Amino acid sequence: MDKATLLHYLVQASYFAAAVLFILGIKRMSSPVTARSGIQWAGIGMLVATVATFFHGNIANVLLMVLAIGISTVFAWVSGKKVAMTDMPQMVALYNGMGGGSAAAIGAAALIGASTGTGLHVLSKAQIALAVIGALIGSISFTGSLIAFAKLQGWMDKTFRFSGQQLVNGLFFLSALGLGLSLVFQLNTSVVIGFFAVSLLFGVLMTLPIGGADMPVVISLYNAFTGLAVAFEGYVQGNVALIIAGTVVGAAGTLLTRLMAKAMNRSISNVLFSNFGGGGGGSTEIAGSQKAVEASDAASMLYMAEKVIIVPGYGMAVAQAQHKIWELSQQLIKRDKQVKFAIHPVAGRMPGHMNVLLAEAGVPYDLIADMEDINPEFSTCDVAIVIGANDVVNPVAKTDKSSPIYGMPILDVINARQVIVIKRGKGAGFAGIENALFYAENCRMLYADGQEAANRLIAELKAIDSGGGH
Amino acid sequence: MISGEIALYLFMLAAFTGHEIISRVPVILHTPLMSGSNFVHGIVLVGAMIALGEATTPVQQVIGFIGVFLGAGNAAGGYVVTERMLEMFKSSKKEGAK
Repeated sequence: MDKATLLHYLVQASYFAAAVLFILGIKRMSSPVTARSGIQWAGIGMLVATVATFFHGNIANVLLMVLAIGISTVFAWVSGKKVAMTDMPQMVALYNGMGGGSAAAIGAAALIGASTGTGLHVLSKAQIALAVIGALIGSISFTGSLIAFAKLQGWMDKTFRFSGQQLVNGLFFLSALGLGLSLVFQLNTSVVIGFFAVSLLFGVLMTLPIGGADMPVVISLYNAFTGLAVAFEGYVQGNVALIIAGTVVGAAGTLLTRLMAKAMNRSISNVLFSNFGGGGGGSTEIAGSQKAVEASDAASMLYMAEKVIIVPGYGMAVAQAQHKIWELSQQLIKRDKQVKFAIHPVAGRMPGHMNVLLAEAGVPYDLIADMEDINPEFSTCDVAIVIGANDVVNPVAKTDKSSPIYGMPILDVINARQVIVIKRGKGAGFAGIENALFYAENCRMLYADGQEAANRLIAELKAIDSGGGH
Repeated sequence: MISGEIALYLFMLAAFTGHEIISRVPVILHTPLMSGSNFVHGIVLVGAMIALGEATTPVQQVIGFIGVFLGAGNAAGGYVVTERMLEMFKSSKKEGAK
């Protein structure tokens, strides 16, 4: 066996090892105990595959390659380290978009190379078709993710709509498809350029009308898109590592997207092709009034309680109150109360985002319960504290058929003996719907900023301890 | 080169694997897992490196350079962000806060 053949086998073996490490890594990431080692295993796989590629047959432009990797890695590493946990979703969108763009670039290089006759490989019709599909999906994921990033980062108005938008978008999609199809039969450089221009533009147009509340589903969908694009370009290059990793992510991402959409009571097509919260005016008026409570009274309710369930929402994270809330919980645990955190599947901006934010504040994950597990427990709970959550605890979702959130799964906070809602002021939730919980007989409103409310509750609890209470 | 038949089997098995490994995941890990799978498709970097490595004209070099740049950002950023998230998951049964 000569040296070149040996090297070829070594490179292929590294790709195989990388694919195995990726699958084992994702598998380990599916349990909180092994999750951290999971990303490290996948990281080793990535390192092995990247280093091996420098020894891939007839590799040129090594200097350019090192330069591109160097600049980009430094940029991504620093931005990834610096970003606040609340801004995590848009960073995932940004990095995902870069992956999609990279897959589209691989397709572009293959198609341009074949159409100008300068490519090293002659592409079969099947390979051209796969390059085209991968490039189309990758381009949509690229520009679409960038728009999602800009929206979540607050750089762009939430929605952008005009009449006949669906029709225009449909035409753009069909022309991208048509141009791509024509490439399979007749390669032409200007058609290749036109195809990419239309595909990239379609990604922008498709994402513009989607509102911020639906962005998590969209990011997850584009994540699956990028995976598929990578797999298709992997077929074009005959690279097993790309095919396996891309397909695994494509399938896992599709499932994750469906789970997310289901948790929000939305179908994926609904997210992509219709507008959320457009007609929220149809809901019924709610009788009764909101009853305010002082921090001192709220604290004595907590003091008397045996079991407390805390329901945090994105509002808590925006107010940066998670550390204070954990401090309050520790005060309660110290007084022998049972404390649990109840998480709605879409609390935060992505499923599981709230868990990350609570983990950052130091809350152990075994105190945090999912909706299915915690819902039966509300009836045995003395006090439920709702902070920064609104629509996900609104009983209207179960009772009022005319409500836009009817049918959405909710946390049954209303079943608790007493409910304390910490909220800045009166007013409806994100979707503009009145919350029947706030008017319920067992509910008290503590009007304050999240951090301030937690501070006052801690102080009042200590005051009761030292006999300063009632 | 991979033949069409083998490619189909590969696709089917990998898709099945992806579906299986994620279907038993608790909700608390959805965000890190999305971020982790985002990192895994950073393997696109390898494909882009090959595209740049085989580029013969300036146009191909530019396209390849963009591809490698974007792919490396996907891989590096995806890793850092996922690591940071998972680093924070602790159990109360071990020692509590740091």
